Amino acid sequence: MERETGAREGLKGWLHPGKIGKFGIERLAWLLMRLTGLGLLAYFIGHIYETSHILDGKAVWDKSLEMTQTTEGHLFLALVIGMCVFHTGNGIRLLIAQMGYGIGKAERPDYPYKPQSINMKGKACIYATLGMAALAMWYGMAVMFT
Amino acid sequence: MVTIHPKLSNELSQTVVSSTKSVKLKIKRSNPNVNSDEKFDEFVVPIEKWTTVLDSLLDVKSYLDHSVGIRYSCRQASCGSCGMKINGKLGLACFTKISELDSDTVTVEPMDNYPVVRDLVVNFDRMINNHKKIMPYVIREDSEIDAESGVREFLQSPKNVEKYIQFSNCIKCGLCNSACPTMAMDKSFVGPQALAQAYRYIADDRDKGKNKRLKIIDESHGIWRCHFAGSCSQVCPKGVDPAMGIQLLRGYLLGIRD
Ligand code: HEM
Ligand code: SF4
Ligand code: FES
Repeated sequence: MERETGAREGLKGWLHPGKIGKFGIERLAWLLMRLTGLGLLAYFIGHIYETSHILDGKAVWDKSLEMTQTTEGHLFLALVIGMCVFHTGNGIRLLIAQMGYGIGKAERPDYPYKPQSINMKGKACIYATLGMAALAMWYGMAVMFT
Repeated sequence: MVTIHPKLSNELSQTVVSSTKSVKLKIKRSNPNVNSDEKFDEFVVPIEKWTTVLDSLLDVKSYLDHSVGIRYSCRQASCGSCGMKINGKLGLACFTKISELDSDTVTVEPMDNYPVVRDLVVNFDRMINNHKKIMPYVIREDSEIDAESGVREFLQSPKNVEKYIQFSNCIKCGLCNSACPTMAMDKSFVGPQALAQAYRYIADDRDKGKNKRLKIIDESHGIWRCHFAGSCSQVCPKGVDPAMGIQLLRGYLLGIRD
């Protein structure tokens, strides 16, 4: 029996920046989808906890709102906005692609074997989603910091 | 230590045609059955415009160090034996020309996400088992052996061949499974190679095993663990595009396709 050690890369296979260079923008989108999904989940739980303070009266509620009225708070909220936009936009792309649309049609492969499922439409969607997320963050910060 | 190929050393250059160019070939060495040591051995080898990574590895084995462990057979991207990491990128050694790598150093390592047997050879048990699991053959109630006429064939139209021929190009080299980020974490994931083959047989209209296969892949470590990172398709040397096959396969389970 061969040893199982080294049989899986583990987290390195997910987070190593070299992976994105080697496997392209789709791999970055995949990683960001996971991170933003988990980030949003964490924010969602925190958000429920924060807003539950409304039951403790106005003073406590106002105090808890102050948490995000700082520079760090604003930056954190800007990050949440970015995560929201990216996760939603990329989520819609994935829903469509995973239903089998926009990934090309099976055909007789020929050299140099360009995979059809990795195409310009998908890449354009990913870049557009990243751009929209950046724009939303910028707009959010413009509102919060004035 | 760097070992220099005899064709490149001065004493011999009069007797052998000396190559104008050479590269440093760094080979990752390990033998997990003996100990956990890992090291890179370096060799300087001559190259021509047409020299493949496999050619150079065989050159090393012939002239410099015959103990280097590699697996190969066809030398023409047909047998699926020689998948490895070449300068960090997954590819077939026999299908990668050194001149096209545009580098003076070529580093070869075994594929990720497989147990190493020795040096560049990895263990394919998991991939082969998953491949078998999806029943990679035409499933029928009736038989090609006919009582009256002897042997007959299950007919297939040229039009229908086009629906799956792409996926039947798979040579089981395992590069897709090595690239897949789910494979990096999930020890039970069925993997892109087997999923693409499930699609290949389901899309074949001679086959009647669709429901059986869909049941096999519709489980917790099955098709739903694919998140369409697309890395499998980026590395496939045969144009199989496993990611396409997997998304098309989902269509059956989602009720979009029948
Ligand atoms: C309209 C908004 C949203 C859309 C369209 C959307 C869509 C998706 C899709 C399609 C996936 C699967 C991705 C894949 O196959 O890899 C996903 C994953 C996920 N989503 Fe969302 N989502 C949305 C909002 C949210 C929110 C608000 C949260 C958190 C509370 C969230 C948390 C997650 C998590 C944790 C994952 C798993 C991460 C992963 O598998 O990569 N999502 N989302
Ligand atoms: S799908 Fe492509 S990369 Fe995967 S095993 Fe088959 S030929 Fe190799
Ligand atoms: S030696 Fe057969 S695929 Fe490379």
